[in-house]
Amino acid sequence: MSRLCVGSSHAYKVRISIKTALGNQAYVWNDNEMYLFRAAMAFALRSYHNGQEFNVSNIMVCNETPRVSFWFVVSSPENSSVLLKKGDVENAIRKSRNRINGAFLLTDQTLEFIDIPPTLAAPVMPVTPPWLIVFGVVMGAVGAGIIFLLVSSLVQSKRKKNKKTLDEDREDMRGIENGLGCDNLGGVYNTTFSDGDKFTPM
Amino acid sequence: MSKDEQTMKAGNTEQMEANGPKEIIERPKWDNKVQYLLTCIGFAVGLGNVWRFPYLCQTYGGGAFLIPYCIALVLEGLPLLHMELAIGQRLRMGSVGVWNSITPYMGGLGVASLLVSFLVGLFYNMILAWILWYFFHSFQNPLPWRDCPVNANLTGYVTECEESSPVNYFWYRTTLNISPNIETSGSIEWWLVLCLATAWCLVYICFIRGIETIGKAIYVTATFPYLVLTIFLIRALTLSGAADGLVYLFTPNWETLKNPKVWLDAATQIFFSLSLAFGGLIAFSSYNPQKNNCERDALIVGCVNSLTSLYASIPIFAILGFKANENYNTCRNINILKLTNAFNIGDENITLENYDEWLNHLNATNPMEVESLNLKTCDLQTFLDQSASGTGLAFIVFTEAVIKMPGSQVWSVLFFVMLFSLGLSSMFGNLEGVLTPLLDLHMVPPWLPKEIFTGLICLTSFTVALIFTLSSGNYWLEIFNSNVGSMPLLIIAFFEIISVVYIYGINRFNDDIEWMSGHRPNIYWQATWRFISPFMLFAVFVAYVVVEAEKRPTYNTWNPNYVHFPLADVLYYPEWVYVICVLLSVIPVVSIPLVAFYHFGRFLKKTIMNRHNQNPYAVEISFGDL
Repeated sequence: MSRLCVGSSHAYKVRISIKTALGNQAYVWNDNEMYLFRAAMAFALRSYHNGQEFNVSNIMVCNETPRVSFWFVVSSPENSSVLLKKGDVENAIRKSRNRINGAFLLTDQTLEFIDIPPTLAAPVMPVTPPWLIVFGVVMGAVGAGIIFLLVSSLVQSKRKKNKKTLDEDREDMRGIENGLGCDNLGGVYNTTFSDGDKFTPM
Repeated sequence: MSKDEQTMKAGNTEQMEANGPKEIIERPKWDNKVQYLLTCIGFAVGLGNVWRFPYLCQTYGGGAFLIPYCIALVLEGLPLLHMELAIGQRLRMGSVGVWNSITPYMGGLGVASLLVSFLVGLFYNMILAWILWYFFHSFQNPLPWRDCPVNANLTGYVTECEESSPVNYFWYRTTLNISPNIETSGSIEWWLVLCLATAWCLVYICFIRGIETIGKAIYVTATFPYLVLTIFLIRALTLSGAADGLVYLFTPNWETLKNPKVWLDAATQIFFSLSLAFGGLIAFSSYNPQKNNCERDALIVGCVNSLTSLYASIPIFAILGFKANENYNTCRNINILKLTNAFNIGDENITLENYDEWLNHLNATNPMEVESLNLKTCDLQTFLDQSASGTGLAFIVFTEAVIKMPGSQVWSVLFFVMLFSLGLSSMFGNLEGVLTPLLDLHMVPPWLPKEIFTGLICLTSFTVALIFTLSSGNYWLEIFNSNVGSMPLLIIAFFEIISVVYIYGINRFNDDIEWMSGHRPNIYWQATWRFISPFMLFAVFVAYVVVEAEKRPTYNTWNPNYVHFPLADVLYYPEWVYVICVLLSVIPVVSIPLVAFYHFGRFLKKTIMNRHNQNPYAVEISFGDL
């Protein structure tokens, strides 16, 4: 079986980094894990090619290294000496990538298929960008504050104006202590101390 | 009446017109001394303390830079600060009124301060708008500048982002949407307009009733940055790699003291850091009671400003050290991965600790293969050198550090609110330098309430500042920053000190201060005011002109199509832009000679007319008198 795998142009390289992904909870890579991998591959191919019954025996692995990396090829269920083209295998893997990752508790970066680009998650775009919400809150508070301060200034100045007219009335009453206004006392206006000195600028 | 008593009378009451309304409008005053001190400190302590001083410290050999800095503070900063506070407190008017009182020939100084304050306020608030943008975006998980956006067919990341970095992409593309050069104006970015409007509204609401509202707001905006800096300090010191950053910052490199540029930068830094010559400090101290110890105030403000710069540089550099360490580890991890994959060694057998042994072993056994891998040489020093100043520090370097810290959103929010408070309290001074002279000059019609007038000023500034929301806005901001905020201030400050010392008279000034604070200024103040500070200002100005004028100005651009992207494409300013640069430097200061010539012309006209009318009994009748 592995004769078809070695040096084949249809082979894919897989690289697995369990310790990087799981740290302390890393499991050991052994033959059982390999079996799971082949089964996962078979599952992926079955879901992609509806109808064709791929089996674990169709997935052939070779060149395992302690890195944990290896090569694999897929043979067709009808004829086990015919290998599936790279494009077909790639599409199948991309379709079920999440499921394959999940089986091993790994991610796109720690379970790598060399030359198959990961399908990046589509960015989740909320209806209103969150920054507009914060902006709305801040602007609303500031706007309310400005209006409040302007209105209270207006009210204050009106109150002051009313108080001023009251004061002016009281001032007018000042010269009329005994019921007599200053102007009505009768007398002569003394010009000595008037400041009509507008003619001697020297 | 002697001139002294006349000015005292004019200062005490606001009865400018004898035939006008009989009410004496009380000049607004501070609720208490703490408000006044906090406002001056808030004005002086600004963004520059956080992102310019640490950069200068680090560029010019750490601990050694403190020497020229302290010398500049003592010989130039403190004397000018004391003089501005004293003259404002004595004459009780904004910058235009003060210089007009000293001599009408120097009235242009006030106009120059007003223009400079206005122009600086324009671009300073744009920086606050950018800070607000980052603040609004700090409420997401993950932070938007952590990852690159994916491209259209979901196979990879956007090329521009992949070639530079997610933080750079978020700043240059998502925030600024920057154009490749200054001639390409692009369009107005609506999101920046919203942020700018928010910034101006926040400034307006704090300013709406003058120092009544500023005095309340300053309790928060002046003290909050210190709280955040302390929190950052505690956090930063617990991060790994912080020690590297601090050692790097403070290791004195005494060789740099021989470089004259260090002294020039120290002098200009202390000058701009204290926000001198804007007219804001004069306005703030004009609201003080006249009997107030302005010498102590000046010493307090000056020293607090410098200590804040020092205090801010510690957490900044601790965090930069942490970031450099992270980058260094990432670099080595990339190398480790390359080796692991190439030689199919077990996952995580090569670690950061045994990396060197493995590398030697592999180099000995398979040198050709190792060579072909093109391993990057990772050097901690290179990463530490990648510091920046200005907007680069806040929006690129610091944001990158924040995403590596656990609980990124909290740190991001704290950092940007701190920057906003720092900038807001400086904006108060800028706007005060614009409003108080206009109000003192009675250019405001009396039927217009002060609130509306303030609102009009904010609206006008907002409209003019819309040029910074264009795609080329960042380039324009750099132009404003380097031309308005530098040379005009030096010229204004030089003429200020000459006016006070030689035109107003240093003896009269000494008498005033003795009357205000109770004791005569000592020999230190006398020596610095009369000779040392004017001479230093003149020397700094000449050195500045020589250094700047000897090369044709260039600017860094962000051009994704540049061959060596992500390195900046350095371009020369086109001719018309260069003309604008020169105009920006010249227009504020041209008012000084203009006003002087105007008054001189009037004086000449009067003496010529007097010589014609030799008759001593001739009457000068003007229609106003009858």
